[in-house]
Amino acid sequence: MDTILRVENLKMYYHTSKGAVKAIDNLNFDLKVGETLGLVGESGCGKTSLGTSLLRMPTPPGRYESGRIILDGKDIIPMSEREIRKDIRWEKISMVFQGAMNCLTPVYTIGRQMLETLKEHREMEDSYATELIKEYLGLVGLPAEVMGRYPHEMSGGMKQRVVIATALFLKPSVVILDEPTTALDVIVQAQIINLLKKLKQTFNLSFIFITHDLALEAEISDRLCVMYAGKIAELGTNEQIFGPAAAGRGANHPYTEKLLASTPRLHRKVEKLSYIEGTPPDLISPPNGCRFNPRCHRVMERCRNEEPPLREIEAGHFSSCWLNDEGR
Amino acid sequence: MEDHTDIILRVENLKKHFEPHQSIAQAIAGQKKRKLVRAVDGVSFEIRRGEIFGLIGESGSGKTTAGKLVMKLIPQTSGRMFFDGEDVTSLGKAELIAYRRKVQMIFQDPYASMNPRFKIRDVLEEPLIIHKIKASRDEREAMIVQALTEVKMTPPQDFMGRWPHMLSGGQRQRVSTARTLILNPKMLVADEPVSMIDLSTRAEILHMMKDVQRDLGLTYLYITHDLSTTRYFTDRIAVMYLGRIVEMGRADDIIDHPLHPYTRALIDAVPEPESGKVHVVKELPISGEIPSPAHIPPGCRFHTRCPYAKPECSSLPEPELEDVGMGHFHACRRYKEL
Repeated sequence: MDTILRVENLKMYYHTSKGAVKAIDNLNFDLKVGETLGLVGESGCGKTSLGTSLLRMPTPPGRYESGRIILDGKDIIPMSEREIRKDIRWEKISMVFQGAMNCLTPVYTIGRQMLETLKEHREMEDSYATELIKEYLGLVGLPAEVMGRYPHEMSGGMKQRVVIATALFLKPSVVILDEPTTALDVIVQAQIINLLKKLKQTFNLSFIFITHDLALEAEISDRLCVMYAGKIAELGTNEQIFGPAAAGRGANHPYTEKLLASTPRLHRKVEKLSYIEGTPPDLISPPNGCRFNPRCHRVMERCRNEEPPLREIEAGHFSSCWLNDEGR
Repeated sequence: MEDHTDIILRVENLKKHFEPHQSIAQAIAGQKKRKLVRAVDGVSFEIRRGEIFGLIGESGSGKTTAGKLVMKLIPQTSGRMFFDGEDVTSLGKAELIAYRRKVQMIFQDPYASMNPRFKIRDVLEEPLIIHKIKASRDEREAMIVQALTEVKMTPPQDFMGRWPHMLSGGQRQRVSTARTLILNPKMLVADEPVSMIDLSTRAEILHMMKDVQRDLGLTYLYITHDLSTTRYFTDRIAVMYLGRIVEMGRADDIIDHPLHPYTRALIDAVPEPESGKVHVVKELPISGEIPSPAHIPPGCRFHTRCPYAKPECSSLPEPELEDVGMGHFHACRRYKEL
């Protein structure tokens, strides 16, 4: 499979008056054409920061410190804002922001809001644009009459469909979805996940799917990237992360193990739900050694002093944990 | 089980219909009044002493309104309520204050439910002041320490002088719980207590709440849209759809053997953290979204979305809850054929 997006040694820090917050600290990964990469971790692990960084719009006071974001063969970090607007943002890579469905303007109809987005990027007749909007609304399973409605006349699920349609308008290759179903009910959530799967096939899209819900990632992501404190803790295929441990596979990093153990399950009686004590560290002065060591249940002396590198432990499965040197 | 002293809360045919607002201009123009919003439309259930009872439903199912009715934050349209053997359907002001001491609430948002200008000590002392608890300063201090200890905020002295912004979401929800415990309530109503909390902390809070419930022999009414936590957390659940309970029973029975098509659909839609599902488009037995409680379909109110609906489902009167044994109730006329 071809690679559509490659991130190399990316660092993005927020420069605050108290010091630099190392939100993205040396990330390396790639995204293949037609693939869904899941991004998981607790709040404050850098998931959303990574999303906005990939759009070349880190939230101020965020700045790129180093690294490259190679989208479709070209590094987008050195590009001018004009180039980004003309060729990259929304054209090649777009994003469904967290809570975006609540950011639709209440005073404009859906049709008018979508038209505005479209005409910002493309010169076209209104009648042609309207046809295009109808086509995209159809693709996300909404009737054309939705164009005449105001946001308050629609349910959360319908608004989320509108936002997804708007993100697909300009035929991007990569779409970043930040918690796209968090505020929705389970049935609507399942409907949206099905829709995303269909759209991905229709357009051969690549998704980056951000959520804190591991169970949801199991439904949609081909590969998973588990982030902790601005770094990758573990990266592997869906089967490598969720697969049965009996097959010699399954989550490798203690952080992933703990996240999985704290995910409630419906079809299995769980007597005791485990959880991770404490909170992710302050990224101005992260802990020495492995960043997870203060909360890790399998911490060793080495973890407190030396930072474990992200290493391949089996084909395509990466983990940054010293336990892999101990024969586990 | 049939012993009625075992029942702490009984709700009988509770209804809450909201009158839609009509402006003067609309009245003059002679426009017809819009329809009643039947948010809770005849709900009956019993909660046993010392159990965790879950009220499950999508947005618009009326679960939160039902919780508010139980808390007596809004008056009911009709129906009756009994708490601890007493009729609490209509209460005077003094009785209401006494009732609220026994039935306390944990709110959804641990960030918004605490005064940011109060130290933790003050947050916990406030209920004592509101309820005019006669106690010396030392006694109050001791009650605050005890409440914090019960929610495992130890050592309590470390936390009493802190401000809410210095606490994590999980710690705030612990303080919220401590604030309810300080009045020695009998029952807690928790409306989505973990939906705004991070995944790893969510488990921690549910854990803490369960420990507190066991230690103090409390009863919980747990209101949520998230079925996945109910298996671990609750003893019995009631599934609500458009203001009515469609299925009720032990959580394990319902999740393993759902009888109502709506419950089945809810269960099917919950994702599980297991591999092998990426290339499968999940078949959803029901389509569309929940109708407005101002336009409740006739007959079985679920028939518009039900994959098994027959003409009689809409023409015959609404099915009542039926007991199939072991305390498992459902409201589906065709459950045997499904």
